[in-house]
Amino acid sequence: MEFALSEDQRMLQDSISGFLKDNASLDTIRKIADGDADAKAGLDTGLAEMGIMGLAVPEAVGGSGLGLLEACLVQEVLGYTVAPSGFLAATVAANLLAKGQESIASGIADGEKVFGLALTELSSRRDGAGVTADNGRLSGTSLLADVPTGATHVFVADTSGSFHVAGEWSAKPMRTIDRTRTFQELSFDGVTAEASLQPDASTLAVARLLVAADTLGAAQAMIDQAVEYAKERKQFGRVIGSFQAVKHLCAEMAAKLEPARALVWHAAYAMDTNDPEALVMANLAKAHLAEVGTFVAKTATEVHGGMGFTDLLGLHYWFKRIGVNRQLFGSPEQVRQTAAELQGFLAA
Amino acid sequence: MELDLSPEYEAFRQDVNRILTENSHLAPGPEDRGMKHPKRLAWQKFLIENGLTARTIPKEYGGYGAAPDLLKSRIIAEEFARTGIARPMGGQGISMLVPTLLELGTPEQKEAYIRPTLYGEMIWCQGYSEPGAGSDLAAVRTAAVEDGDDFIINGQKIWTSTAKQADMIFCLVRTDPDAKKHEGISYVLFSMETPGIEVRPLVDMTENANFNEVFFTDVRVPQSGIVFEKNKGWQVANATLTHERGMLGDPNATKARFLELVELMKAETLNGERLIDNPLLRDRLLKLQGEVYAMQANGLRVTTASLKRESAGLAGLIIKLQGCELNHQIAGLAIDALGELGILYGEGDHLRSDGSWQWRYMYDLGLIIGGGTAQIQKNIISERGLGMPREPKPAKV
Repeated sequence: MEFALSEDQRMLQDSISGFLKDNASLDTIRKIADGDADAKAGLDTGLAEMGIMGLAVPEAVGGSGLGLLEACLVQEVLGYTVAPSGFLAATVAANLLAKGQESIASGIADGEKVFGLALTELSSRRDGAGVTADNGRLSGTSLLADVPTGATHVFVADTSGSFHVAGEWSAKPMRTIDRTRTFQELSFDGVTAEASLQPDASTLAVARLLVAADTLGAAQAMIDQAVEYAKERKQFGRVIGSFQAVKHLCAEMAAKLEPARALVWHAAYAMDTNDPEALVMANLAKAHLAEVGTFVAKTATEVHGGMGFTDLLGLHYWFKRIGVNRQLFGSPEQVRQTAAELQGFLAA
Repeated sequence: MELDLSPEYEAFRQDVNRILTENSHLAPGPEDRGMKHPKRLAWQKFLIENGLTARTIPKEYGGYGAAPDLLKSRIIAEEFARTGIARPMGGQGISMLVPTLLELGTPEQKEAYIRPTLYGEMIWCQGYSEPGAGSDLAAVRTAAVEDGDDFIINGQKIWTSTAKQADMIFCLVRTDPDAKKHEGISYVLFSMETPGIEVRPLVDMTENANFNEVFFTDVRVPQSGIVFEKNKGWQVANATLTHERGMLGDPNATKARFLELVELMKAETLNGERLIDNPLLRDRLLKLQGEVYAMQANGLRVTTASLKRESAGLAGLIIKLQGCELNHQIAGLAIDALGELGILYGEGDHLRSDGSWQWRYMYDLGLIIGGGTAQIQKNIISERGLGMPREPKPAKV
C-alpha cells in the first residue's frame, strides 16, 4: 500500500509549476484579464509546448495516455497561478472520447484541435437553455460554456445527457467575476454533430473533480500568500503573524485544506482504478473543496487586512477563481445531491 | 499510489480475520465488567500470543517480538473494526508508558513494568495536569523533596483517568524549585497504594467520572522510580505526549461513527418520513461525509509517510484538531436529526442508541479540549507547520 505521489507524478507537477511560475506571473494574469490577446496566446502556446493538452488523450492518437490523478496535479498548479487554460475542457473531452471515439481525440495533443466544454445544463437548466439532438443535428443554447480562445470544437451535453462534438456554433461572451477566463453563451442552429456519445455519469464527475483540483491549487496559493504576508507585515511593533488571532486563522486554513488535498488524490486514484466509490468520491471532492476553498478565500483575504481588498495586491484573482469554481458544474448543494443519489440515499 | 494490498499482506489480513472470528467466543463482552476481569486478562494474553497486540514489543519484555511493520499493525486495527470483536486493552500504561520505558527506561524498570502492563495485570494512570498546569503543563508544582533514598511528594493532580483502578502512576513532579520552569521537573513512577494518596472522582458534564483528582500528602516514594534522569522529566513527558496525540482523532473510528449516523438516519422517521429523506438533514450529512472521506485519505497519507519513515508534515499535525472537531459534529447532527428525542439521556422509553449521541457530543467536546486544546493545536500547526513566529513573552513587570 502506498498513498503518495510517484516520482514521475511529482516531476510532472514540478515541471508545469516551474513553467507557470516563469510564464504566468501576476503581471501576465493582469494583462490577460484586461484582454491582452498576445499575453493569452503566449501562455497558451507555452502550455501546449509543455505537452499538457494531450495528457489524457490515448497514446494511440498522439497523447500521453495519463490518468486523472496526473490531470488533477496539472490542474492544481494551474489553479495555484490562476492561469486560464483549455486544459480542463480538453481533458474532460478526451476522457470520454477515449472510451470508443478515440479518433476524434486525435489532434488535441498537437494543438490542431482545441476543445470547449458546454456541460452546464447537465446539472442546471435555466432561462430556457438546453441543447437538443435530433438525428445528430444540434439545436439550442448552453450557458457559461468554457470555451478557450481558438476553440475548434465544442464538447456539448444535450438535454438527455448524451454528449456530442460540434464544430460550429455562435457565441456571446458572458462576463463573470473572473475576467481571466472566458465563458460564453453558445447557440447551435441545427448543426450536425461530428460525433455522438451515450450518457456517462463519469464525465460530469471528471469535470467536477478537475474543478476541485483547481480550487485546491488556488486555495493553497492564498494560504501561502497570507502566511508570507503575516510574517512580514508589522503592526503594534511586531509582525502580525506572531499574534495568535492571526496565526490561528492561518492554522485553520491549513488544517482544512491539507486533508482536502488527500481527498482529491484519493478520488482521482479511485476514478483511474474504477473503484466502486469513485463517482461518490469525485462529487464529494468537488463539494468539499468548494466549502474549504470559500473559507480559505475569505480568511486569507482577511489576513491581508485592507490590502487584501485592493486591486493592487491582486489577491482577488484567486478569490474570484475559487468563487467561480464553487458554482461551475453545480453548486455545492447540487453536487452533494448527486453524491446522495449515487449512494441510494434518496427515497425510491 | 497503490491502495491494494500485496498478496503477502492480503494473506496476513485473512489470517488475522480467521484468528479473530474463530476465537470470538473467548472475547469479553460488556457484561464482563472490571479492567481485570479474568476473561479480559485471558483475551489480552491470547491476543499477545497471536501477535495481535504488543506486536513489536520485544519478547523479553512480554511482547510478541515481531519486526515493526506499520501496514500489518494497520491491518490488525482494521480487522478489529471490521469484525467488531473486542479490541486489545488500551489505556495510558500500554499506549504511553510502555513506549516511553522502551525508549528511556532502565533495564530494571523495563523488566519490572512492561510485561505486567501489557498483560493487563498492572494498571497505570498519568499524573500530568494540575489545577495550575493545563495547557502550560511545564508549570507543574507538585513538589518532590529528597529525603535519603526517597522523595516526599506533596501536591495535586487533575484529569487523571483510571486513577481509582490504577496500581501505579507515572507522574511529573518538581524536583528543583529554583531551576527554570522546564528544567526542574522529574518523571517518577510509584505505587498508587502508597500511603498519603487520595483519589476523588471528578464528575464531568456526561454525568460520569471519566477523570479524577489525585491528592498527595507526604507521600514517600523511592527515588529509583525516576525515568531517564532527575530534572529531565520534561523531555520524558514530551516523548510520552507524542504517543498520546497519535491516539486522538483516528479516522477509521470517525468513519465508523459516520456510518452509524447514516444507518440512524435511514432507520428513524419523523412525521412518517425517513430522516435521510429530509433534504436539509441529508445535505448536512453529505457535508460531513466529504470531511470524513478527506480525513480518511489524509490518514492513508500519514500512514504512508510513517511506512517510509518520512515526516507527514502538516498532514500529521492537523489530525487531532480536525478529527476531534469532526467527531463532535457527527454527534451534533445525530442529535439534531433525532430532534426532541435527541435530548433523552440515561434510560427510559423512546431513548435512541442508549443516549450515546449525547454522550459523544459532550465527551468529544472534552477531547477537543483535552490532550492539547484546539487553540494549542493551532499554535503547533502555525508554528511547526507554517513556520510562523511564537507569541512573544510579555515583558516582565
